[in-house]
Amino acid sequence: MTDETKDIDQYSGVETTGHSWDGIKELNNPLPRWWLYVWYMSIAWAIVYMILMPAIPALPGLGTNTKGLRGHSDRAEVAKAVTELKTARDAQSVVLLDAGLETIETDRTLQQFALAMGESAFGDNCATCHGAGGRGAIGYPALADDVWLWDGSLDGIEYTIRHGIRHDTDDGTRFSAMPAFGRDGLLKRSEVDDLAQYVLSLSGRSEDSDAVARAAPIFQQQCSTCHGENGTGDRTQGAPNLTDAEWLYGGRVADIEATIYNARNSHMPAWDDRLDDATIKAIAVYVHSLGGGE
Amino acid sequence: MGSTTLIEQTTDLSTPPGGEPPRHEDLYAKRKQIYPKLAHGKFRMVKWIVMAVTLGVYYGLPWVRWNRGEGIPDQAVLADFASEKFYFFFIELWPQDIHYMAGGLILAALLLFLVTSLLGRVWCGYTCPQTVWTDLYIWVERAFEGDRAARMRLDNAPWTANKLARKFGKHIVWLIIAFWTGGAFILYWHDAPTVASGWFTGDAPLTAYWFAGILTLTTYFLAGTMREQVCTYMCPWPRIQGALTDEQALNVTYRYDRGEPRGPKRKSESWDNRGDCIDCNQCVQVCPMGIDIRDGEQLECIHCALCIDACDEIMVKVGRPKGLIAYDTQIAVAARNEGQTPPKHRLIRARTVVYAVVMLAIGGLMAWGLATKSTIEANVLKDRSPPFVTLSDGRIQNGYTLKLVNKASEPRTMLLSVSGPEGVSYKVIGMEHDGEGVLELPVEAFGVDRYRILVSADAGAPRRQVIFTVRDGVTGETDVNMSSFRGAEQ
Repeated sequence: MTDETKDIDQYSGVETTGHSWDGIKELNNPLPRWWLYVWYMSIAWAIVYMILMPAIPALPGLGTNTKGLRGHSDRAEVAKAVTELKTARDAQSVVLLDAGLETIETDRTLQQFALAMGESAFGDNCATCHGAGGRGAIGYPALADDVWLWDGSLDGIEYTIRHGIRHDTDDGTRFSAMPAFGRDGLLKRSEVDDLAQYVLSLSGRSEDSDAVARAAPIFQQQCSTCHGENGTGDRTQGAPNLTDAEWLYGGRVADIEATIYNARNSHMPAWDDRLDDATIKAIAVYVHSLGGGE
Repeated sequence: MGSTTLIEQTTDLSTPPGGEPPRHEDLYAKRKQIYPKLAHGKFRMVKWIVMAVTLGVYYGLPWVRWNRGEGIPDQAVLADFASEKFYFFFIELWPQDIHYMAGGLILAALLLFLVTSLLGRVWCGYTCPQTVWTDLYIWVERAFEGDRAARMRLDNAPWTANKLARKFGKHIVWLIIAFWTGGAFILYWHDAPTVASGWFTGDAPLTAYWFAGILTLTTYFLAGTMREQVCTYMCPWPRIQGALTDEQALNVTYRYDRGEPRGPKRKSESWDNRGDCIDCNQCVQVCPMGIDIRDGEQLECIHCALCIDACDEIMVKVGRPKGLIAYDTQIAVAARNEGQTPPKHRLIRARTVVYAVVMLAIGGLMAWGLATKSTIEANVLKDRSPPFVTLSDGRIQNGYTLKLVNKASEPRTMLLSVSGPEGVSYKVIGMEHDGEGVLELPVEAFGVDRYRILVSADAGAPRRQVIFTVRDGVTGETDVNMSSFRGAEQ
């Protein structure tokens, strides 16, 4: 701060900040005083804010943060907003309760409402397994195609959502059990391998005609009860059609061998007691609209 | 508190090494009150007229009616947030038309650029709301407290009933103007007569009271007490200005070639060997920014030209030609100072041509867009998940959502047809359809409707694109949307 270190601009006679950018220096003119007052006001406001609002984090021994005189809590605000939203939605979704699923799908207003509601609920509850837009995954059926294990009608879809699949605690659940042919010793290893070739041949993909011939009687004996004599499946038992291009657990030889050896009996929870009626109906209409509704 | 030895070791604490500590006053400068004197002349008259016109437009525009038919607001200029429409005389914009808003802002910016490169800061000097309202407030101030000298005397005088009455009256009138300003603002967002009458019965929306209140306060403070500080400290425009103006732009300029050397002059003295500036300080006294134009181009100068009026008046009195301060270009003044003939002022320069051409192009595009704006709009969104599915019969299916907008005031039926991949067939969820040909889709008046469309095609067919054509069978308006069709091999 001595006079020797002061850098005075020759033209204006004003002290500079001493910083130089490409030879350009900044004058150290005084700030307007009202800026200072605005700063003081900000400090005063900060103190008021700290008194009114939760501001100081938990200090040792205090256990919790300061609550502030207004007792504001973001968590409580969110809970309140969620409740309000639910009330508002319930008021709207009541129109879905009285309408049949067919009506909901063909009535333009109801359809748009149900699709919006169903998309959101599907994203929250179903997409974890079935994927966004019902794209499916290995072991989790795609809902956007026209292949249905149990039922692809509006009512069938709603039933599946309500009662789930192989859901122990629901008496109405869709149930069937495929035996673990290899693991439980019902078939020998070689027979399982031959059967895999036979299953492939149903969609014209087997190159081992000997194995196919060997397995034909085994298929009729062990598999046709559920999957049908021609392997076209049986929806009443959730037995997949083996002749189409859709492979829920993978269509490679090894995948099919593993399926026959260990069996596949996957689960879907019943949503009856988790979601309200309007939401279930909305999801049913949404799933039906994804691409393969019957 | 410290030990005695420590104090003895240090030098005198009242004068730290290196001289005086910085004083408070040095760090923060108190605002110097400016008392602009009333100017008389050509530019003052122009400013009065511009003030009357701009304020007239601002206060009056919401009351202008424009018949649009049954069920639609008949206000000429209205930003109707409730129904998501913007009306500007014959133009009606929907949220989908937001690019016209962007285009309008770009045009406004380019217009500012063009005007600035032609005429300098005329926006700042004549039409900026800050300038107009400050001018209006100074006019009120003058009515209550008199002109510059009287106002300075009054501020220095002790408080008397007279001073109190004058100050009180001024602030009351300021507040009334501020309230009218805030009140007029909300008329642009609601039906003006409704909200104006609802205002006083408490029926106006809460936001109307809020915004009117906020605008009242900002008007009062910005035009009443902050004034030139807004331009100097808060407004980015003076900074941008530096990049837009050039030595060819007409700016309010002190012609130092003619004025220097300046100094007071007795009548008996000759004009030889001296400049025309008699240092009367009139240009400084009328300046609403409190600066001296003779210091040259400066950030604070809003180029309001009042100093031109003030100087011309003096020049006439002392018998010298007008225009010692005038709209002039830097190169002209510099040339004359060197004894050369100044170059002719060129309005047509590279930058003015570029600005004008870009403005014409954007304006033309917007006009073309508005003239051919359709009352139907179709947008097709392809499902991203899954991108496609293989159906049990081997065909490939893609899902789409068609968003249909009907901007007309009556419900309409749109005709949808889908073409594209070989063996294409489509269905719309919730509609009866045979998979080919035209399907009728109803859309409500002013409605936005969504339709879910499933398009399928043969697995082996070459496919890249699917075309959705939506046509109004009555008016023939057509909107064609193309989207991609995905399959396993892609």
